[in-house]
Amino acid sequence: MIDILRLLSAFVVGGLISVTAQVLIDLTRLTPARILVLFVCAGVFIGAIGLYDIIFEFAGAGISVPLIGFGATVADGVREAVDKEGLLGILKGPFTAAAAGCSASLVFGYLICLLFKGKPKKS
Amino acid sequence: MEKAESYKKRIKLHTPPSALLKDSALAFLFGGAICLIGELLATLYIYLGISEKDAYTLVSVTLIFISALMTGLGIFDNIARHAGAGTLVPVTGFANSVVSPAIDNRSEGLILGVGAKIFTVAGPVILYAVLSGTVFGIIYYITKLFI
Repeated sequence: MIDILRLLSAFVVGGLISVTAQVLIDLTRLTPARILVLFVCAGVFIGAIGLYDIIFEFAGAGISVPLIGFGATVADGVREAVDKEGLLGILKGPFTAAAAGCSASLVFGYLICLLFKGKPKKS
Repeated sequence: MEKAESYKKRIKLHTPPSALLKDSALAFLFGGAICLIGELLATLYIYLGISEKDAYTLVSVTLIFISALMTGLGIFDNIARHAGAGTLVPVTGFANSVVSPAIDNRSEGLILGVGAKIFTVAGPVILYAVLSGTVFGIIYYITKLFI
């Protein structure tokens, strides 16, 4: 039932993507927020040219869990929406695809805020 | 000239070995481990009869929930301090960057504190994802007209 090879590729691909970001942070002093934006846009690009599907085929969560996966989902949603609805799909696609991730982050984020009080910042 | 050379050598002896290697190794391990957990979850969800596409969406949602909770409990930062990009690049980092500023600014109220600050990092990420998605949509639409 459990595909060991796929688990291993998920580990390696996810690890390599993280290392790429780490090298960028250490060498260029890019802030985390910029890294996230960069990776989301890279994801849209990788999804647009079809490279995402090829990597996803063998690495699964290795590419879908990093923010690249979020970007690729957006590209995928756009493609689907344009196929189905034409011109209007250009505007509908991005949010349709990103809906689950965005809503989950916002809803869980809000609930956690209500449950936990922020700690006073040290330093 | 020689003096400068030997000075450089001495400096090299006394500075700690580049943090890059250690940072990268940790990022690889943590980033890889999170994706491995994601793949295990996906296997479980598919086994439970969820379609592959939905299973991977659910994996992201699950990881977002876990990271949000760990951020609230104050555990996330302790892990992220060592993991660096290992926890930043997976959706865990996105979830953390949504919750963290919102909690920190809770004292400013539920509207302009939590409500506005929850988008501090999520805002740019969603904006640029939608922008680049739209650009792709326009290109895709035009190429479809000709093919």
